[in-house]
Amino acid sequence: MAEMRPPIESGVPDPFQYMHPMLRRNYGQWKWHDRPRPGVLHHVAESGEEVWSVRAGTQRQMDLYTVRKLCDIGDEYAEGFVHFTIRSNIEFMVTDKSKVDPLIAKLQAEGFPVGGTGNSVTMIAHTQGWLHCDIPGTDASGVVKSLMDELHAEFIREEMPNRVHITTSCCQINCGGQGDIAINIQHTKPPKINHDLVGNVCERPTVVARCPVAAIRPAVVNGKPSLEVDEKKCICCGACYPPCPPMQINDPEHSKLSIWVGGKNSNARGKPQFHKLVAAGIPNNPPRWTEAAAIVKKILHVYKKDAKDWERMADWVERIGWPRFFELTELPFTKFHIDNWRGARNTLNASTHIRF
Amino acid sequence: MAKQIHDTPMLDQLESGPWPSFVTGLKRLAKDNDMMVDLLGQLEHSYETRKGFWKGGTVGVFGYGGGIIPRFSEVASKFPDSAEFHTLRIQPPAGMHYSTAVLRQMCDVWEKHGSGLVAFHGQSGDIMFQGIRTDKVQAAFDEFNEMGFDLGGAGPAVRTSMSCIGHARCEQSCYDTARAHRDIVNTFMDDMHRPALPYKFKFKFSGCPNDCMNSVQRADMAVIGTWCDDMQVDQAEVKAFVASRGRQYVLDNVTTRCPTKCIRLKDDDTLDVDNRNCVRCMHCINVMTKALKPGKDRGVTVLIGGKRTLKIGDLFGTVVVPFMKLESQEDMDRLREIAQNTIDFFAENALEHERTGEMIDRIGLVNFLEGIGLEVDPRMIDYPRVSSYVRMDGWDEEAAKWNERKAG
Ligand code: HEM
Ligand code: SF4
Ligand code: SF4
Ligand code: SF4
Ligand code: SF4
Repeated sequence: MAEMRPPIESGVPDPFQYMHPMLRRNYGQWKWHDRPRPGVLHHVAESGEEVWSVRAGTQRQMDLYTVRKLCDIGDEYAEGFVHFTIRSNIEFMVTDKSKVDPLIAKLQAEGFPVGGTGNSVTMIAHTQGWLHCDIPGTDASGVVKSLMDELHAEFIREEMPNRVHITTSCCQINCGGQGDIAINIQHTKPPKINHDLVGNVCERPTVVARCPVAAIRPAVVNGKPSLEVDEKKCICCGACYPPCPPMQINDPEHSKLSIWVGGKNSNARGKPQFHKLVAAGIPNNPPRWTEAAAIVKKILHVYKKDAKDWERMADWVERIGWPRFFELTELPFTKFHIDNWRGARNTLNASTHIRF
Repeated sequence: MAKQIHDTPMLDQLESGPWPSFVTGLKRLAKDNDMMVDLLGQLEHSYETRKGFWKGGTVGVFGYGGGIIPRFSEVASKFPDSAEFHTLRIQPPAGMHYSTAVLRQMCDVWEKHGSGLVAFHGQSGDIMFQGIRTDKVQAAFDEFNEMGFDLGGAGPAVRTSMSCIGHARCEQSCYDTARAHRDIVNTFMDDMHRPALPYKFKFKFSGCPNDCMNSVQRADMAVIGTWCDDMQVDQAEVKAFVASRGRQYVLDNVTTRCPTKCIRLKDDDTLDVDNRNCVRCMHCINVMTKALKPGKDRGVTVLIGGKRTLKIGDLFGTVVVPFMKLESQEDMDRLREIAQNTIDFFAENALEHERTGEMIDRIGLVNFLEGIGLEVDPRMIDYPRVSSYVRMDGWDEEAAKWNERKAG
């Protein structure tokens, strides 16, 4: 194949060619910032130069017409440069203060909510879902769209006690990551095995090794090499499904949603923390997942009302204690909330510290 | 003009509401793209049946072993034009800056070869160009590649990385995240493009302990900015802040929220910081953005082993380098050496499909540190051992090593 073109292994592109000139000029020379209003960051450099960054939400999965529309806005108001945040918000850098309000008006008119800064509920960390993953138990874009519709009012304000980072994951691999609130798939039944296909499709030792609880063993079923699952041991995690698609874990009825609370990655105040289970058994109900949305809104409502300024979800629960969390949110506390995985003992109350 | 679109009553319900609708975008594409007509049909079918219909396969570009995520439809007989709907993972510029010119150029390439659907960005950091047929993958990649963009990672490989906006627009940034991102990750292009590691390996670069890139949890190697001298306090700005917000606000929201209670408000409305006990959490600096700043002697902390659930449960990274400078070329070379040693050790010692965090869990932090040539340090732990079940007959030698290091 002489005509094949060898790749240029250029790796990570140099950002300076794509960076707003004001940011380039003051690189590493920023002095302080504030937020004049929700959705706008104002940075001042040692040189005295100032830049206003206007942040807007996007659908993340963008059609190229939307991208071009954002480019038009960038050309008109922001000197032809943009920046994306880790949560798929777009930022326009404005060097002329008088352009900030017209830019905001333009973005709003085009349907892009301006916000997501400071103590807001910002855009949800979004995975792939039915749109283009090969193992999802639910959609991602639809879940995010319907939740952000519900939470829009908190995106465009900065009225939460501290920032709220929500994540979603459409399988138990949980690409979405830790969140103040995480909405994740939770399977409740062992995989359904198509024994006719396992022998041909799956590398059996790999699949056996993948199971976190050693519930899979090689077997011969109907005269064919296959795999069987000890259903008493199986924790329905779905880890066997990616390496062995005939072990179908997704189930329209029994793949449920679960909600987890109190995760954070930042070191501010307390150390980073994992989110904790608060609710499960929630139906996976497209197109708007209203049951999950109702619980998320309830948690946010209680948090907003009860937490003190700057208490992140985790800080708040730490102060009031988990019993009170369940009381305030009116979520049932069950045996499933008590951990039994590695290190579970460290999650138990080994003291008489109890709030009454 | 494309073919007739399928009825999508469920997806249609996602066109209303204040948040931008991906469905509206998909429909716009479907006006002149048959692939998107059938993609919408398949997605509606997923919504109706609550099932996914993609399977993997093998698709690639010449010279690389990864970077394309193959997607073949299991319901292609119903939706033939989206039978192949692969994703190109393209590495973003460090810090995710774009000129509108380059975005438009990307759109043109994607309009020509692909579906027109793109995500800025995937959770690993890639620009995800979603939806292309096998026979067009090479041509699309060639054009992106000629523009200066390269494929990202997939499979058991070094993965695409992310760095925060850092020096470009954040006064809290303690090192040049964009430079580190490029210097380090570009060293490992062979490990990214030709997957041959036990499992994935991710780097992430955050300029300060706010860790906007979530690196502590999402990276095998997290490089997080910090400082080792005293935090910068502008007392005039402190006074101005107290004057505008009130003493009570500062007491409730700054000083009492300090995790080590090392910052105090004095009677004259200035702040007093016990810097030896400040753990660089960033809280007070986040609240008083004009008055407080990281110190001037800046560098990084390196943590290894963050990951998500599979297979032993979620892990945060563990400190392996409490502090190092990251300014000169030698500093950068040293970080690259630590990264290289880590990846070499991982390649040799991890089990198949085991992440660094799981490997360290299995073999113990000390064996890992010895493997990559780093010394133990009390800043790597929350507290010392609580179990006496350990053989300690090498104590004197180990104590001597410590004393020697302290003296030297
Ligand atoms: C067939 C298998 C898999 C596919 C196709 C896949 C694909 C992806 C994609 C496309 C993303 C970016 C998601 C987005 O933002 O839309 C992602 C992220 C991620 N994946 Fe996977 N994945 C697979 C298996 C796994 C497995 C087995 C694990 C875990 C052990 C895993 C862990 C993760 C994590 C933790 C992230 C987030 C990464 C980060 O933030 O750095 N994935 N995956
Ligand atoms: S969470 Fe699971 S199903 Fe969803 S994108 Fe990630 S790997 Fe795919
Ligand atoms: S679902 Fe999880 S626990 Fe059950 S057999 Fe598969 S890998 Fe093992
Ligand atoms: S991680 Fe720190 S330095 Fe980087 S953008 Fe966030 S706050 Fe700024
Ligand atoms: S950075 Fe954190 S630990 Fe240090 S003084 Fe401020 S609040 Fe306290």
